[in-house]
Amino acid sequence: MSGGLLRRALGLRQAKIGLTLTGIVVLLAVAGALFGNMITGYQPDDFSGKPFHANGMAGTDGVGRDVLTRFLDGGLDLLGYGLAATAIGVLLGAALGMLAGYTGGWLDGLIMRGSDVLLSIPQLVFALLAIAMIGPKGWLLILVIGITHAPRVARVARQTTVGVIGQDYIKAAQLYGMPRRRILLREVLPNITGPLMVELGLRLTYSIGYVASLSFLGLGIQPPAADWGLMINENRIALVVQPWGVVLPVLAIAVLTVGTNLITDSLAAAAARRTTEES
Amino acid sequence: MIRMILRRLLISVLVLLVVSILVFVATLLLPGDPARAILGTQATPERIAALQEHMHLNVPVWQRYFDWLSGVLTGDLGFSTSTQGSVNTLLADRIGASLVLLIASAVISTPIGLVVGTWSAIRAGRTSDHVVSGFSLVIAALPEFVIGVALVVLFSTSVFKLLPSVTLSPPGTPVWERPTQLVLPVLTLVLVVTPYIVRMMRATMIEVLASGSVEMARLKGIPERIVLFRHALPQASGPVAQVIALQLAWLAGGVVVVEFLFRYPGIGAALIDAVNNRDVQVVQAITLLIAGVYVVVNLLADVVGIVTNPRLRTEVAK
Repeated sequence: MSGGLLRRALGLRQAKIGLTLTGIVVLLAVAGALFGNMITGYQPDDFSGKPFHANGMAGTDGVGRDVLTRFLDGGLDLLGYGLAATAIGVLLGAALGMLAGYTGGWLDGLIMRGSDVLLSIPQLVFALLAIAMIGPKGWLLILVIGITHAPRVARVARQTTVGVIGQDYIKAAQLYGMPRRRILLREVLPNITGPLMVELGLRLTYSIGYVASLSFLGLGIQPPAADWGLMINENRIALVVQPWGVVLPVLAIAVLTVGTNLITDSLAAAAARRTTEES
Repeated sequence: MIRMILRRLLISVLVLLVVSILVFVATLLLPGDPARAILGTQATPERIAALQEHMHLNVPVWQRYFDWLSGVLTGDLGFSTSTQGSVNTLLADRIGASLVLLIASAVISTPIGLVVGTWSAIRAGRTSDHVVSGFSLVIAALPEFVIGVALVVLFSTSVFKLLPSVTLSPPGTPVWERPTQLVLPVLTLVLVVTPYIVRMMRATMIEVLASGSVEMARLKGIPERIVLFRHALPQASGPVAQVIALQLAWLAGGVVVVEFLFRYPGIGAALIDAVNNRDVQVVQAITLLIAGVYVVVNLLADVVGIVTNPRLRTEVAK
């Protein structure tokens, strides 16, 4: 069923543009991390010339490292962190939301009021609170961004689950005495994949934004790692002399998030069309 | 209706209370001895003992929570270890500076969002509508610091050299004395927030314009302009108030990155400093403050939703 949704979404021109943009940046990040030093001849931490000098294709950064090499090497962590945070957020949120929507009663109340509390702290501020206490660790970034996604996904999952559980096939499954976990996985989940796919895309766009923002704030991926968000922060003092150290990573992040958002919007359009066709 | 509003108010108070517990419990995550974690490894035992005394680390956790909470409720936000002063004095000027950003962005983005969204809805399906939708989709995807850096490159360093890229006011003077330094931070926030308002306004208006009551008004021969302003817009106000509130609430958190980018002396920049310095009570105070704004703004939006919902109005009339 979700296969049909994907096919329909990808039929839209907007989705094709989005897929191309995302593909370019993903390819750049993966190939750059693998073959970057073969292309430029430098390792990310190598000294290649005077600080903020026009050495090499994109110049050097504040401690004389080659900007192009670091740019090529700097996208993979961001992608990995973003994907991991999205996976945690969507899995946790979908599980809690489905459980709340299907079970109802006090469990529903507990889960949804808990979400209300988490929702009242902006995601980035929540992440900063955790980082202030524990420190800027990679696993913490992934975990805390994932956790703050969960209540947002849970709301959607709960709402769509409530819409599904009145259907006859769920009632039939209940009559057969199918255990709750099986009903949720086999009967409910396949019927709410549309909205969940939209959430997945949305959360991925936001995850990439948050990881990059935290690195930009100096509180995400830590030096001496090469990372796009961090690069922007490190090189922005020399924006006038050597703009590439800022412009390249900014462009890459922009193209990536615009690409994922275009795909997400196409998924939403395809899912909405299916709902209207069915009703 | 009054009972619904009171119920909603009670929920908000409860949520804030639980948030305060969460913000407090976070400090228990500090590895090992918080006093040592804050002061670093080179601190003398006397200083650690003094800080332990100051943070009341030798009393039970629940008592510390109530001490802290009663402080916050009576307007004493605690002690800042990095500036060696009270959190109140640290934040006093900064709250005003952040509010300037927040209010200016809201005042500019809301009318633009509503007008462009409505215009786009009226012209739904035409080229101008596609252009607006495409633009808002692209801009909505960008993280705020990407928009901010792009604006700096465009207007401050590389293309045009018109506006300052950082805040230049010496500490102590109000930020609005040099209005040019406000332009780029406000513009960044406006660009971040407006697309969401446009998209929501467009979607809501398209729905409303297709509704029965608008159809009826048209059939009665009422001019389209009056249909739009008297019949359609009031119906859209509830859901749109929600989105505006959501965006305002979002701004309360979004100022953090923008203030850091432009070195703007507000609470967001103070939060980043405090996180870097492990200045625990400042982090707690600002988190709680931002959560407070978030909850209050959402409460107001729900009240607007309840008041403008015609079904709830008639319920009261009965």
